[in-house]
Amino acid sequence: MSHTPFLRLMPMLIPAGITFIAFFLLPMVKLAVVGATGDAGLAAYASILTTPRHWESLIATLILSISVTAVALMISTLAGLFLVRNLFPGREVLVAMLTFPLAFPGVVIGFLVILLGGRQGLVGEISQALTGDKVVFAYSMTGLFIGYLYFSIPRVILTIMAAAEKLDPALEEAARSLGASTWRVLVDVILPALKPGLIASGAICFATSMGAFGTAFTLATQIDVLPMTIYTEFTLNANIAGAATLSIVLGLVTWLALFVARSLSGATVAASG
Amino acid sequence: MSMQRRGWQFWAQLCFTLSVCAFLIVPVVLSALAGVTANFFIGLESGLTLRWIGEVWDLYAETMFLSLWIALACLGVTLLLGVPAAYVLAKQGGRFARLIEETLVLPIAVPGLAIALALILSYGEFRDFRASWGFILVGHVLYTLPFMVRAVLAVLASMDFNTLEEGAATLGAGFVYRLRTVVLPNARPGILAGSLMVVTLSIGEFNLTWMLHTPVTKTLPVGLADSYASMRLEVASAYTLVFFVMIVPLLLAMQWLSRSEKRLPRNHRPTLDTEHE
Amino acid sequence: MSESTAVHIRQCAKTFADGTRALAPVDLEIAGGETVVLLGPSGCGKTTLLRIIAGLETADAGGQVLFNAQDVTALPVEKRNVGMVFQSYALFPNMSVRENIAYGLRVRKHTRSQRAQRVAEMLSMMHINELADRAVSQLSGGQRQRVALARAIAVRPRVLLLDEPLTALDALLRERLRIEIDSLLRSLGITAIYVTHDQAEAMALADRIVVMSQGRIAQQGTPRDVYQNPQNPFVADFIGTVNRLRGTLTEHGVHAQGTLLPLGKGLTVSATKEVDLLFRPEDMRIVPAEEAQFIGTVSSAFYLGDRTRLLLAGIGDAPVMVEVSAREPIARGTEVGVSIDPQGLMMMPGTPS
Repeated sequence: MSHTPFLRLMPMLIPAGITFIAFFLLPMVKLAVVGATGDAGLAAYASILTTPRHWESLIATLILSISVTAVALMISTLAGLFLVRNLFPGREVLVAMLTFPLAFPGVVIGFLVILLGGRQGLVGEISQALTGDKVVFAYSMTGLFIGYLYFSIPRVILTIMAAAEKLDPALEEAARSLGASTWRVLVDVILPALKPGLIASGAICFATSMGAFGTAFTLATQIDVLPMTIYTEFTLNANIAGAATLSIVLGLVTWLALFVARSLSGATVAASG
Repeated sequence: MSMQRRGWQFWAQLCFTLSVCAFLIVPVVLSALAGVTANFFIGLESGLTLRWIGEVWDLYAETMFLSLWIALACLGVTLLLGVPAAYVLAKQGGRFARLIEETLVLPIAVPGLAIALALILSYGEFRDFRASWGFILVGHVLYTLPFMVRAVLAVLASMDFNTLEEGAATLGAGFVYRLRTVVLPNARPGILAGSLMVVTLSIGEFNLTWMLHTPVTKTLPVGLADSYASMRLEVASAYTLVFFVMIVPLLLAMQWLSRSEKRLPRNHRPTLDTEHE
Repeated sequence: MSESTAVHIRQCAKTFADGTRALAPVDLEIAGGETVVLLGPSGCGKTTLLRIIAGLETADAGGQVLFNAQDVTALPVEKRNVGMVFQSYALFPNMSVRENIAYGLRVRKHTRSQRAQRVAEMLSMMHINELADRAVSQLSGGQRQRVALARAIAVRPRVLLLDEPLTALDALLRERLRIEIDSLLRSLGITAIYVTHDQAEAMALADRIVVMSQGRIAQQGTPRDVYQNPQNPFVADFIGTVNRLRGTLTEHGVHAQGTLLPLGKGLTVSATKEVDLLFRPEDMRIVPAEEAQFIGTVSSAFYLGDRTRLLLAGIGDAPVMVEVSAREPIARGTEVGVSIDPQGLMMMPGTPS
């Protein structure tokens, strides 16, 4: 109602505003300033390029996040489309189970990966029984990849299912009536309709993987992904300026990914975890 | 959506989906079993026991209570801050509101580790604050507030509450009366969804909390990380099992809510007319 | 219903925050008990004017809204005691039908028994007794409309405002509810302002039609008046269907397409000028060629059951539409002669070609 002027509504925004400014905006500014006022000054921001350890950890994190995103998108599209387009007994339970781990924290997922691929893990047991070789992958990049995949799949599946449910069946019927094959329908009708959802959930997946800390923390402290590097700089090396600059760079990368996705897909995109 | 002829493609896709599901569920089952197995090394034949759960309770009960307490406090704060903010944003609309919304949700775009560092650098020197659970609460509120705002905003946006409010106004209802009788009751599904989300996320939050906690303010996930690093596998599993028991009802409630929303958009509610006599 | 309320609108204009002008300064007098229909295409300012009367929008400085002698300009909507029916009905989904109707009474702190009695009255007036305890989501469009009307009337408003109340309904239901609303308004004697873009609805309901265009009142009058004597091309075009021919007005009559048409209605002409001739399809007759004012070729024929609509080519620049009784089929390509009933001939200043 245009009758309620904004000034009258404004007070309802103030509590959230003050909290946000005092505990988020100002601290983030402080973080950026601290990063620039270490021994190196503003050059600290270049250290991510000049310090090989930082540079390598950034690249490793990027590669990990991108591959997790790609694989999670493929798996979730296949499973999500299948679940939306087929009715069968037990489908609801399957959907519930697939979206269930949505809010598991990273530490717990790390532990689950250890149970799968750790020294006493299920995969190791099975492989030993079958081949005599104990396969252990939990404490490496592979373990991290599996862990990130674990928390990405539920999120992506949810988005894809939501997008697929909105798909107008008439579009597919129209394509079929014009003689399109299953494959053509997928490429020409279904995937384009899912594109915004794919972009949005892909961005969430990427950003979450970039910033995730708990899983890496549980699996091993020697995996050099960016959040671990930041943590090590801050706690072990007491390199506060370095940790601050890396945090700012990391924050910018994740924010940028979400921002770009948002402008591309027009959907609301948010990371979590 | 055909129930008829199912070719090999159906079965192939079903197998694929089932294996994805197994990937997600098997570790959870493993962990739950490990938590009640006498000796995980030997396996189930070593017998089932509640011993590990008891040990977890002795060692970590405080972390559970602190996590619950912080989650509830966080819910209270996000309700107070988030619901009015969402209402204003929904009502105002336009570019300015979009901008504010974009800014308010920044804390979920920035990794928790960075926010935690920023908080420590800014407020770390206030010793008493730094050492209190309030410090963790601040982090949790920042991280969960966007979810509350979004959930309420989504419901408000879906129901054209502006016209409903106009309808109430033409019938003589003033601002506060409209909020109480029309806006809030109709925003209830969103507030409920947001609340479940906030509590669930707060209980499981680790990225921020690990940096913000002190030895006297350990939350459940912090305790979990601690047990993963230093306890035997059975204890760690039992602790994880306790965590699942806490969080699974919340997750189920969220799924139930989103499904009932889909099926019956705004259904029968208990009558209101007798409420204000 | 006590004394009905007259509404006076003085110099009400509306400029939105982005600078667009929705309404030029408008004056309008509405008598107590009168049913006025604001009619116009979308974006003509009719809804804005209605919302200003309701108090949902504030007019630009200088505008005034009076209910009888009381200046309500500064009064917020909730204090104006208007009843409003929205296009989307705006029924509260968290309340049952009964609670929706009782809402305004609850706001006014009526006792429970007063409320129950009034709600019962409204339910039977709208013939929806059996819906009383339904949830809004269980109602059909027509039922929602009845509940919305009941809710608005229950509080005995000074003025009833209806914003395109029938637009969301299908044609058959629209017709039926239109008749119901008409008899309701007559029996209540309430001042009603009704916004629509549907001219048939306007003609059927209105004591007076106010035709609006581009934020201004283009013409106002009884439905008969507006239909038969449109004062400008916009009104002529918007209400009903018109044919248009260019002509020259002289003291002998109007020359159009080589034909001299006699002047009707005692018009006198002082100087020769270019005019547009407007006439409605039903004011034309098919006549033998020797009596015809114009000869045209049937380019399309639409059989409508009760009548046939013909499009004739070769008379003006655009096809001329004629309505004839439907008895005999007329094939495409037939040459027919037509003449215009002088009573139905309207003239407007010529539009430059």
